[in-house]
Amino acid sequence: MPHELETRVLLEHAEDPRLRTLDGYKDLVSGYATQERAYKDMEQDEVLKELEDSGLRGRGGAGFSMGKKASFLPRGGMSKYLCCNADESEPGAFKDRELMQRNPHQLIEGIAIAALAADAGHAFIFIRGEYEEQADILDAAVAEAYEAGYLGTNILDCHRDLELVVHRGAGAYICGEETALLDALEGKRGNPRLKPPFPAVQGLYGGPTLINNVETLSNVPRIVSKGAEWFRQYGTEQSPGTKVVSVSGGVRRPGNYEVSLGIPTRDLIYGLAGGPLPGREIKAFYPGGSSSPVLTAAEGMDLPYSFEAMAEAGSMLGSGSIIVADDTVSIPHMALRTARFYHHESCGKCAPCREGTNWTVKMLERVVRGEATPMDLDIISSVQENIMGHCLCVLGDSMAMPVAAMVRKFRPEFEQVMAAAAGGIDPHVVVDAPPETLGATV
Amino acid sequence: MSPVDGPGVSSRDLPVDRAVTEGRALSADPEQIPQLADVDCPSELQARVEELMGRYPDRKSASIPALWAVQERYGWCTPEGIRQAAAVMRVTPAYLESVASFYDLLHTEPVGTHRIEVCTNISCWMRGGDELLDAFRAAAGEDEDDFFVTGFECLGACDIAPMASIDQRYYGPLEAAEAGVAIEQLRAGAEVLPAKALAKRGLAGDSPAPGASSIGGAI
Repeated sequence: MPHELETRVLLEHAEDPRLRTLDGYKDLVSGYATQERAYKDMEQDEVLKELEDSGLRGRGGAGFSMGKKASFLPRGGMSKYLCCNADESEPGAFKDRELMQRNPHQLIEGIAIAALAADAGHAFIFIRGEYEEQADILDAAVAEAYEAGYLGTNILDCHRDLELVVHRGAGAYICGEETALLDALEGKRGNPRLKPPFPAVQGLYGGPTLINNVETLSNVPRIVSKGAEWFRQYGTEQSPGTKVVSVSGGVRRPGNYEVSLGIPTRDLIYGLAGGPLPGREIKAFYPGGSSSPVLTAAEGMDLPYSFEAMAEAGSMLGSGSIIVADDTVSIPHMALRTARFYHHESCGKCAPCREGTNWTVKMLERVVRGEATPMDLDIISSVQENIMGHCLCVLGDSMAMPVAAMVRKFRPEFEQVMAAAAGGIDPHVVVDAPPETLGATV
Repeated sequence: MSPVDGPGVSSRDLPVDRAVTEGRALSADPEQIPQLADVDCPSELQARVEELMGRYPDRKSASIPALWAVQERYGWCTPEGIRQAAAVMRVTPAYLESVASFYDLLHTEPVGTHRIEVCTNISCWMRGGDELLDAFRAAAGEDEDDFFVTGFECLGACDIAPMASIDQRYYGPLEAAEAGVAIEQLRAGAEVLPAKALAKRGLAGDSPAPGASSIGGAI
């Protein structure tokens, strides 16, 4: 039985392995009935309206209205495309993996209905290459859906065609950026494109393209079947619906929990994920994956977990992935881990990101080696400011935001670690030690 | 399906980019599209790449899947394998090489038969990912023919931190001592760490995750 704090909608019956098969999906949750109704009885505009009215916001990170995004696609006879972004590579995020592994048909039905809304004849699921297990599951589910006539030509005798291809990436975080994803799907190196034109106007193969995250598309069947009003009973005014939240790091029960948006963050971290490991306390957490500015426990624990509350607190809900740092974690080391990731994953196209991530890593390495001076912390902050907003995509910003927040909020700890490392003391010892003993060791 | 790239169309009939070939002699130059007759492409690989090209409106979209097919056949993206795929796809080997070198999972150097990627990103690092990587490296030792052990960025399985992807399957949460067990199981051709396979886990909210209590003690 799920915990009382959970609201399982997308994960309804997800514990049942039968849900993975077409028969199980039909039996357990009346699967594909919505697609059938939408294809037979609904017009494109009706589907679009339902999606817009629901207020469903993109679950990939940006939180843009899904219905609006779909409505931006031009009308007319040109080839249009739908891409499902399953390149989940943000450190801390693992919700799409769960959704694809446990309920692949929900995603396929969502794609089929969204393709009707976007009038797309070709759809792709771009799944990260590391998720081979999930890609195999999707392949099997897509084959079943073709066999049963929910994909292919003349679907359900409604004179609509939809080809769906599961496309495996090969390991590059940048491909989660929508225009880099398009380049990768076109068979190129995954470099982001200049926007505008936005993909809705000129995307895959130059055609109008709708790109949505796995969780966003997985929400579509129920919204169209039960209506926007039903969807809005969950969540808040500005963040309707439920959200699968990945909680990891220093908690007792890391995992995916589906909750109604707007519940207290404390309920997620303590109630569901079990709180800190024995004998430890929570120091800070990333509320929305490694790209989100960290919040201290005091700042963030009692905030509602919603797009608007996290934005007001100067952070973001992002992909909905909480990484908890307890009091044994050295924040400068965590900043270095974060920066190294973005340095490794920067595609190198824009100088501020390519060089800025490199410099930040080098400076943070000097910090933890004890070779830095307090002035270096100001330089780190200034480099972050010069990355933000200066590149084609937000990969650089994704490092700049959390690193800048860590330096700003934990400056005394950076200085302590620097001083300790300079004195030959393992910085982790400093972090573990109670504050009153620090004066003696530093 | 695009009119030119259907699965029944022989790759030799496909249009060749004029700007690339005109005025140049055909040779082993990576800037030239190799002729299929010159590369001795195994028929299964050719059929596979042609099938992959047929899936997409534009044949070039098959480049990553084609490189996966090359890697599956030869263990890594060998220059010869890349030339073979390039000949079938009617693109230059340099083009495919540029794609292969961009992606972490496509190897342009020889690697061991079993690939072990250990996540060392934030959540796994907090729970002992670095120590797990060291343990895998120590257990694999000098045996580079059989094992390729590497640290990796977030693999999207922070719930089972610290974790590793072994031959593209996820295992966790792992104790450092289990690295040696996994290596021995791989050597013996046995099932790897059956109790730690991600595929066998339930939902986190349903019951305490297996091994959750021992993680706290492991750090």
